[in-house]
Amino acid sequence: MTEFDFEYLRAYLKQRSGLALSSEKRYLVESRLAPVCRRFNFATLRDLIGSLKITHDGAIERAVVEAMTTNETFFFRDRLPFDLFRDVVLPEALARNAARRRLRIWCAAASTGQEPYSIAMLLQEAAPRLSGWQVDLVATDISSEVIERAKLGLYSQFEVQRGLPVQWLLKYFTQIGEQWQISASLRSMVEFRQFNLLHGFEGLGSFDVIFCRNVLIYFDAPTKSEILGRFANSLIPGGALMLGAAETVIGLTDRLVPDTKHRGLYGHASPQAPALRAVAV
Amino acid sequence: MSQREMTCLVVDDSAVIRKVARRIIEDFGYAVVEAEDGDSALAICAESMPDLILLDWNMPNRDGYAFLQELRQTEAGKRPKVVFCTTENDVGAIARALRGGADEYIMKPFDRDILTAKLEQVGLSIRTNTDFY
Repeated sequence: MTEFDFEYLRAYLKQRSGLALSSEKRYLVESRLAPVCRRFNFATLRDLIGSLKITHDGAIERAVVEAMTTNETFFFRDRLPFDLFRDVVLPEALARNAARRRLRIWCAAASTGQEPYSIAMLLQEAAPRLSGWQVDLVATDISSEVIERAKLGLYSQFEVQRGLPVQWLLKYFTQIGEQWQISASLRSMVEFRQFNLLHGFEGLGSFDVIFCRNVLIYFDAPTKSEILGRFANSLIPGGALMLGAAETVIGLTDRLVPDTKHRGLYGHASPQAPALRAVAV
Repeated sequence: MSQREMTCLVVDDSAVIRKVARRIIEDFGYAVVEAEDGDSALAICAESMPDLILLDWNMPNRDGYAFLQELRQTEAGKRPKVVFCTTENDVGAIARALRGGADEYIMKPFDRDILTAKLEQVGLSIRTNTDFY
């Protein structure tokens, strides 16, 4: 791959997905895009990149973006954010919304579904406190392929072991041959949608809790600032944004601030309503 | 005052599996002892009860399930966290192991991430380079 082709691909990914591909990640390009070349019958990577330059084949474009994005995930990844959700964020949201009895949660990079299903399991465990509540759990990802996988809720033995307590494996999954499928009731709790974080959030509505963990690390600073500003718009007053361990709002937006007691948790800088209300829900 | 070193007993009739498990568990900061069958494991526990037991199911001279039943009958034997680590991967085997007193269950093959997660789930501390926060 020539320097010119790499620079073209870098700009292409930045424009379509926000992905900031650093020069150090150049080695990833060939291994990640080789299967795309095979799938669309391109003899070389150069042919594939040449095609991106001259045609607008949606299927190829999506395949390239999806191949270069990272879908690493597992149930209850890092564990502590989920403890924080169960013990702090959820009780506060239930108290705050006691009158309207509605709770809206968004997993902004749901990948193959482990994060939203982890939240769904926590909500299921809290079911007595949620009786009579309307709970919306929206899960989005840029990749339509992983969203389709997530909808199936079908996982390998290896995947269900990464972070999922075995008691919950038995409680919430059915064994199908060598795979495990999450129960239909949990699947029905999650609304999966393909969604690009570079696009406007207005159509999604507003949320009490937004999970966007281990995604912003792939974006450059201006893109991070833009997305965080839109998260601030989408959060209801008092709502919580949960970021990954290596992510922060500091230096990127002044509309969100870290929770001083709980690392990884962020809220509005001031209690006033967000500058731009999302679609009323 | 220095903290007591945590101990782990790896029970498996495969020397290769014991070696792999030892390497991971020692990295977590545990002292590791090995047993190749249920009888030897009981003898080790009678002498010094470990904090964690990584237990295979199918072994000669008392299998993992029989070992666990015997272990849990004694007061001291209720203390260790027991994680089954086995090729038995059907719902019936998992449910039976939990009823028999296992705290967690790992289906082979496993890796460091899975073992890390399982030890955290049973409330055991590990020394790890993973930066959770």
